[in-house]
Amino acid sequence: MTAAFALPLFWLMVAGYAIASAGLVMPTRRLVRMAVAIGSVAGGAGGLALACLVLWTDASLTIEAPAVLAAAGGWLVHLDRLGALFLALVSGVAIPVGLYAIAYMRSYEGRYSTRWMAFTFGAFLLSMSLVTVAANAVTFLLCWELMAVSSFFLVVTEHDRQASVDAGLWYLAMTHAGLLALMAAFFLLGSGSADGSGATFAALRSSAGLLPSETRAAIFLLALLGCGSKAGMVPFHVWLPRAHPAAPSHVSALMSAVMVKLGIYGLLRIGLDLLGGGPAWWGTLLIILGAASALTGVLYALVADDLKELLAYSTVENVGLVLLGVGAGFLFLSLGQPEAAMLALSAALLHLINHAAFKGALFLSAGSIVHATGTRDINLLGGLITRMPWTATTLLAGSMSIAALPPLNGFVSEWLLFQSFLPGVASSRASIAGLLTLGVGALALTGGLAAATFVKAFGVTCLAIPRSPGAAHAHESPGPMLAGMALLAAACPLLALATIPTLTTITGALAGVAGLPSIAPALHVGVTLRTPTGMATMSPVAVAMVLVAVVAGTWIVLRLIARRPVHVGDTWGCGRIGQSPRMEYTSTAFAEPLRRVFDQLYRPVDDTAVGVVRPESPYYIESMTYQTTIHPWFQRVLYEPVVQGVERVATWTRALQSGSVNAYVGYIVFVLVILLAWVIGF
Amino acid sequence: MFNTLGVVVEIAQALLALAVAPLLVGLIRWVKARLQNRRGAPVWQPYAELRKLFGKDTIVSSNASWIFRAAPFVVFGSTVVVALLVPVFVTPLPFNQVADLFALVYLLLLGTFALALGGLDPGSAFGGMGASREMTIASLSEPAIALAMLSLALGAGSTNLGEIAARTIAHPTDALSPGHILAFAALFIVMLAETGRLPVDNPATHLELTMIHEAMVLEYSGPALALVEWASWLKLTVFLTLAANLFVPWGLATSLAAGAIAMAVAATVAKLVVLAIGLAVFETRVAKLRLFRVPELLAVSFVLGLLAVTSSFSLR
Amino acid sequence: MKLFQKIRRVGIVTEPLPEGGLDAITIVRPIDARARRLLGRSVGIRQVDAGSCNGCELEISGLAGPTYDLERFGLHFVASPRHADLLLVTGPVTRNMEVPLRKTYEATPDPKLVVAVGDCARDCGVFAGSYAVVGNVASVVPVDVVVSGCPPSPADILRAILVAIGRLDLPVASAPPAGVSPAGQADAL
Repeated sequence: MTAAFALPLFWLMVAGYAIASAGLVMPTRRLVRMAVAIGSVAGGAGGLALACLVLWTDASLTIEAPAVLAAAGGWLVHLDRLGALFLALVSGVAIPVGLYAIAYMRSYEGRYSTRWMAFTFGAFLLSMSLVTVAANAVTFLLCWELMAVSSFFLVVTEHDRQASVDAGLWYLAMTHAGLLALMAAFFLLGSGSADGSGATFAALRSSAGLLPSETRAAIFLLALLGCGSKAGMVPFHVWLPRAHPAAPSHVSALMSAVMVKLGIYGLLRIGLDLLGGGPAWWGTLLIILGAASALTGVLYALVADDLKELLAYSTVENVGLVLLGVGAGFLFLSLGQPEAAMLALSAALLHLINHAAFKGALFLSAGSIVHATGTRDINLLGGLITRMPWTATTLLAGSMSIAALPPLNGFVSEWLLFQSFLPGVASSRASIAGLLTLGVGALALTGGLAAATFVKAFGVTCLAIPRSPGAAHAHESPGPMLAGMALLAAACPLLALATIPTLTTITGALAGVAGLPSIAPALHVGVTLRTPTGMATMSPVAVAMVLVAVVAGTWIVLRLIARRPVHVGDTWGCGRIGQSPRMEYTSTAFAEPLRRVFDQLYRPVDDTAVGVVRPESPYYIESMTYQTTIHPWFQRVLYEPVVQGVERVATWTRALQSGSVNAYVGYIVFVLVILLAWVIGF
Repeated sequence: MFNTLGVVVEIAQALLALAVAPLLVGLIRWVKARLQNRRGAPVWQPYAELRKLFGKDTIVSSNASWIFRAAPFVVFGSTVVVALLVPVFVTPLPFNQVADLFALVYLLLLGTFALALGGLDPGSAFGGMGASREMTIASLSEPAIALAMLSLALGAGSTNLGEIAARTIAHPTDALSPGHILAFAALFIVMLAETGRLPVDNPATHLELTMIHEAMVLEYSGPALALVEWASWLKLTVFLTLAANLFVPWGLATSLAAGAIAMAVAATVAKLVVLAIGLAVFETRVAKLRLFRVPELLAVSFVLGLLAVTSSFSLR
Repeated sequence: MKLFQKIRRVGIVTEPLPEGGLDAITIVRPIDARARRLLGRSVGIRQVDAGSCNGCELEISGLAGPTYDLERFGLHFVASPRHADLLLVTGPVTRNMEVPLRKTYEATPDPKLVVAVGDCARDCGVFAGSYAVVGNVASVVPVDVVVSGCPPSPADILRAILVAIGRLDLPVASAPPAGVSPAGQADAL
């Protein structure tokens, strides 16, 4: 009976996103914004309800349209629990982002076309939702490509800025390279079955077991390339720190919180579900790439001075953490330890969901700050906690969660990730134990550096005195934007308290996939998390309650026994006369010690130049300029040679385009002769 | 053991640790004074300091926001919660099932985070510098702590503190195993970094350019300063208790019998006194490191932790 | 090890504070009873150099050493006036140090005490009448106790601090001198 709701909810979701896209044809700007908001919220609600239905009951959804794209296999939609988990993610974030967009899109009106933005926004949300419900190769690939194209248009919204256009080009190039890899992967997958039209996931799953191991390895690597680049895995992450800052903030929030997670979904779907796991080197490769992503992401976030670039690199870091868990899951499956694999994969997916909540809150807050102050540069911000108290509070909630501080949700998922590594460290094989020990070390270092990054991101942005007139004249954002931010920020402590139900849903979604136990093991006893293999217990609820009680108790006791008068004075500055913003610590200064520690990696280029010199003497210098630039390592070493190589080849082949008609006719004749010879020869 | 008596003993244990923390710091200062050939303040001097601070007025900077006012409570509260976790006299206790070693590390990180934000809030250069350096040291000591704890957890099969202590009590020869000793060395170095002792940071310095922890608290006054100082003393006590009761856990009461608890109190106090005197002598011997040498020290600690894990692996 | 052998060989060198020597100390104004009550056992001292020649500073730095060891009385130097209870001010207050001295005083939370050390702090000393000097310490911040001497010995300074916090009593109440400015200085150089 509840299953009967599945189809209407699906069409509600589609209709909602279609309304958002219908903003293209709305007569007034206000109606465009309302269409986007109502459409996103309605579509999100429908999708969320559908996902919950599938996750918590036995309902499922299947829609077939074999006539559509019949040559490639027809259109097939089937929602199972794994897909429903990700559909819930998409829909859950769509609702606050839709609310946020009502007021946020105002800042784009007049300069750019908000109608086109609305159209692509609706298409983006729809395509992301459809990726999670796709059940055959052609549907999956079509929706994947639609997702990429619609987000491309959203990234280049500010098309008059060179940086946005560059970002869009990088993004387009890399996502299409990924698409080619995915197409090749599906092609190889389908080569196992007798007829090419049986490319439904069910058929692929059953035929995948018959594929030779070299083909399976090739499929896995191609899927890793395609899905990993979408997820922002090192070394295919370079589009992320360009595209996410360039896009409008609500789109950045969706991209960071949801779209990169669909890369993980693709990896799980192809690697785990369809291929059913593989040999140990798959997991090892994922762990190594995950650790590299986590460390690279956090190290570049630490030295980023652009607020949104910092958040984008932080997304790379968190995707690395998720990949660490996914890799551990693959590894344990190949070693025949399904319970440990279940724990690792559940920890990874829990972190994925938690990250969507706090990264969404962070990006929406960053958008609010950029909207109010007009700058993304942290070195020009400051003092926003008194001017924009609500935005500062949501930024704080997001920062504390991402720094994995109790009692918020980031702490719970990082704890679970640590615990999921322990069975591997206790393994009897030296290579596994060594790899996972280093994984734990990487996890710990990432956590510490992330805390330092977000002290900088929140502290320098919101505290002390404003460093520029833009920050000094900032005012709080309008209500709908605050509502969107507040929803996601409130989700952080709530998800921490609701860890047990969330984890149960996740294990239910993973149950039966590949070699995982079909009855999900209980990862909790009452309100305490309990790992099945490691006998470690922790209760997020209890920790939160005790922490709040002790802090509140201290405050109460102090009020009762030591009520002293409080005076307001100047900040102590060794008796100097005044205090100016130039005397505060900047974002660059804050990260400087760690930059020095890691300078072999960063290799910053420092440039000191003399500015104004007094005429009396060349030694009487009035001003100097100091500039420091960090070119990301992967950019420099991996991509620049490729780009230069492509340019060189292109310049060389340009010689063919001489402009002379005689030469072109000559080419045609030449090729015709060759073809004739070939046809006659065979 | 979620009975009421267990909970009462747990809270009493944490309060006792809180009460003993100033005495421990006073002892360290007294020993250092004697090693500097002078009489020094009496051992209970920190209590007098706290009493005085609770009676002073507070001056708050005009640039500071609620973060500055809230930070002392957060750092104090999180350190007290950690004191609830650590097996001071009795193990295992109710809170033991609710949080483990990793939770302990992250609770301490919460305190550091709050204090760093409190240092940035008034907008002074000292506060920013202290916050920047403190977060540098804290983030670089994380992998060392994680690996040291990992080696302990491997032996005990769990990261819950009660299990680790129980395991060492049950297998006394483990205490002298290379893994244990290496983990102790790694944890000792990390303790110096986290609690701001020489050679990482001099708690008695007045030169702002040499400060790490002190620079963040230059702006606090009155009861808030008392909370911040007490929290840092409690953090030192917690680390010393961990060193004592995880690596040398004999004397810990495993039941709630009065006799066992009395013996546990005496044993823990004795261990803490020995460790405090040892720390004071060590601090007298070493000189403070340059700030950019500290990451090298923490790297040594990381390698020690890695060796601890590999040795406990190969000796299995 | 040689370090510890040397420590053992030298032993405790702290000398007990000699009796007497209280003539150099003057109580300028009645000391706040609340300050006396609160600061008896633990005092944070912030030293402010308001333009002194550093002769007094050299004597003050002896206080923290093993011979005079002010820590045995519960006194200790602090790094910020926010942590301080007592300001130890030296020097005739020069023009450039007038505002910083006042700001230091304002940055110290109540209850607080001020001890002016040296002849310069008492009445500008040999620098009285100079163009660079604003006035003695009492003309900039309220002073509680004054120690005379150029420079006063560390024992005198220590006794003055103990008098200020009520651990030591003066035998006879002295008449407080008024605030002196360079224009009103009787002695010419």
